[in-house]
Amino acid sequence: MSRPVSITLQSSQDGIAIADAIMADNPEATRNAFPAMIKIDAPGRLTIKGDTVSELLGREWDPQEIHMSVVSLSGSVDEDDGSFTLFWR
Amino acid sequence: MATASLHPGYTGPVRDRIENFHGAQLVYVHWEGHLNFCSAVTLPLPASTPFGALTAEILPSIYGIDPDWADVDLGSARWMLDGADWKPDGARPIGDQGVGHKSLIRFWTSPTGQA
Amino acid sequence: MVARKLSLKQKYGHFTRGMDWEPSYQAKEDIFPFASYEGIKIHDWDAWEDPFKLTMDAYWKFQAEKERKLYAVIDSMAQNNGQLGITDARYLNAVKLFIQGVTPLEYQAHRHFAHLARHLPGAGLRVAAQMQSIDELRHCQTQIHTISHYNKFFDGIHDFAHMHDRLWYLSVPKSFFDDATSAGPFEFLTAISFSFEYVLTNLLFVPFMSGAAYNGDMATVTFGFSAQSDESRHMTLGLEAIRFILEQDEANVPIVQRWIDKWFWRGYRLLSLVGMMMDYMLPKKVMSWAEAWESYYEEAGGALFADLARYGIREPKYADVAKAEKGHLTHQAWTIFYNYTHAAAIHTWDVDDQHLAWLREKYPETFEQIYQPRYLKWREQAAEGKRFYNNGLPQLCQVCQIPMVFTEVGDPDTISFRVSEHEGDKYHTCSDGCRDIFDHEPVKYAQAWLPVHQIFQGNCGGATLPEVLDWYHINQGADNMDYAGSPEEAQWDKWMEGRRPPLAVAAE
Repeated sequence: MSRPVSITLQSSQDGIAIADAIMADNPEATRNAFPAMIKIDAPGRLTIKGDTVSELLGREWDPQEIHMSVVSLSGSVDEDDGSFTLFWR
Repeated sequence: MATASLHPGYTGPVRDRIENFHGAQLVYVHWEGHLNFCSAVTLPLPASTPFGALTAEILPSIYGIDPDWADVDLGSARWMLDGADWKPDGARPIGDQGVGHKSLIRFWTSPTGQA
Repeated sequence: MVARKLSLKQKYGHFTRGMDWEPSYQAKEDIFPFASYEGIKIHDWDAWEDPFKLTMDAYWKFQAEKERKLYAVIDSMAQNNGQLGITDARYLNAVKLFIQGVTPLEYQAHRHFAHLARHLPGAGLRVAAQMQSIDELRHCQTQIHTISHYNKFFDGIHDFAHMHDRLWYLSVPKSFFDDATSAGPFEFLTAISFSFEYVLTNLLFVPFMSGAAYNGDMATVTFGFSAQSDESRHMTLGLEAIRFILEQDEANVPIVQRWIDKWFWRGYRLLSLVGMMMDYMLPKKVMSWAEAWESYYEEAGGALFADLARYGIREPKYADVAKAEKGHLTHQAWTIFYNYTHAAAIHTWDVDDQHLAWLREKYPETFEQIYQPRYLKWREQAAEGKRFYNNGLPQLCQVCQIPMVFTEVGDPDTISFRVSEHEGDKYHTCSDGCRDIFDHEPVKYAQAWLPVHQIFQGNCGGATLPEVLDWYHINQGADNMDYAGSPEEAQWDKWMEGRRPPLAVAAE
């Protein structure tokens, strides 16, 4: 059983789109709503793809923009050009 | 154990040295079983204070507002000083009875005198 | 000819490690004098993995955007009298505790991360510390700006920085950070980046920010979210720093373990004030302290320390005590503030029946038996016009500086008294956790500026309470005393008059 990683996002326009993208790209992720926040958990690994979010938002979205929407996260971070990944070493 | 420090021989001012209290020393007192008084109280008292002044004036000034205090007979209270059983003498100064700077006095006034 | 774009990782590398250099005419130990005195051995600073690839140009862009969004909300809240939207004026006492106790810590963090940004030998860590320093200053500023609106209408906020440095309960957070900033860089990273901003962070964030959301404080929610987006960088720094230190040398493990033990305990004791806030000061409650501790420490922390076991790290010492105390902690803390609200810049009040029912439900094993009788007795005394205020000054713990109210595990009638001797003087502590901290570095804690002792030395404005309160800059009769009868209550009731349905007229 893989240790869960998680990300908590603001329930803003951008945050909701990011959450939708995560659910689309990470089949084993689960999503829970809290007041003003969305928490997503996944076993072992979770990837946010810039292209998916851009598609859902209707504008160019760079994964570094995650800084505007993140509330909390659990896991080690890997940032790359098109994606943002949480994982455990 | 040594405090980790950039240079050897680290030291600093001890802010609560007895000399800083203008002739008084600090004494902590706690009325056991009455945690409506949230903690022990801190009292600045000269070492020459007779123990009787504590029981006749000082403690009533703090604990008198508790309804239970009216029934209290300090003469039959059980006392501890700095972790050991203690039988204080009202006539003698606290300094002569082992009460030092930052000593802790605890007392029980329940009928059985139990902790 | 198309210009080739650098990848994120390449760009980051050039802007951080690419700007670093090996000194050629000064010794590294002279340039970085704080790097080794704590006994921590780092063999290869380049092995530090920079998790976020944030360069300064991107940093400014994102942070400026956050500021624009936040200040728009603050302006709107001020223009629209947002303070009328809170559930009840009693809620504001949580905000007062925050500005008096927490906001000055953000400033201390800002200063110390700037120090780390200079003194850590690794370039990647220096960049992360530099960004955190600016983040913390931003947090301090945004909190002050947000809460300044409440200062127009409510008491106890007007001189928070002055009070932070003097008031008896504010020496608790102040001494916590003073302890960390007077330690070396590795202890500071363990204390603040790891223990405070990673292990215990949710126990600060959730009570205050969710408390704000539940109680109509839109402004605090907004600055909370604005700050939290920075916190994920801080949390990551903490986790990765602790891993890095543990991986560099086996000899580091016992040193780090002792720091984890110490700072878990200091953080936990500090959080007793936050727990009290969440159980007592929120008209609409988020969850109980016991529930928060179970969820954010016992469950989440359990998983974390299971993971760190691979390095030889175990769970913090006295975590079992924290678990055992969770049914008592907040009620004992509330008792302190009820006792001494005449000397504080926040209000307390008698707990009403609805609140008592909630407390009984959340604390089924302790509340009705131990604390409810006390509160009912106090309510009775207040109804007779004899509201209880403690005439004496409390005994403070030498380390955490909280009045020594905490009781022995398994014996809630008995205060947990501990004492140490150092160079002929006694030093009292509230627990094994605090006593261990004292005994390990007595020369450090023997220097503590304890508010009660300072009053008795005559250093706090005079020998009488009114003189001390003046020295504290407490507006007597407004900032202090019970909420009942306060100017704030009168103002709040007046504002709410228009919102209540008219009282039914009694039949003649």
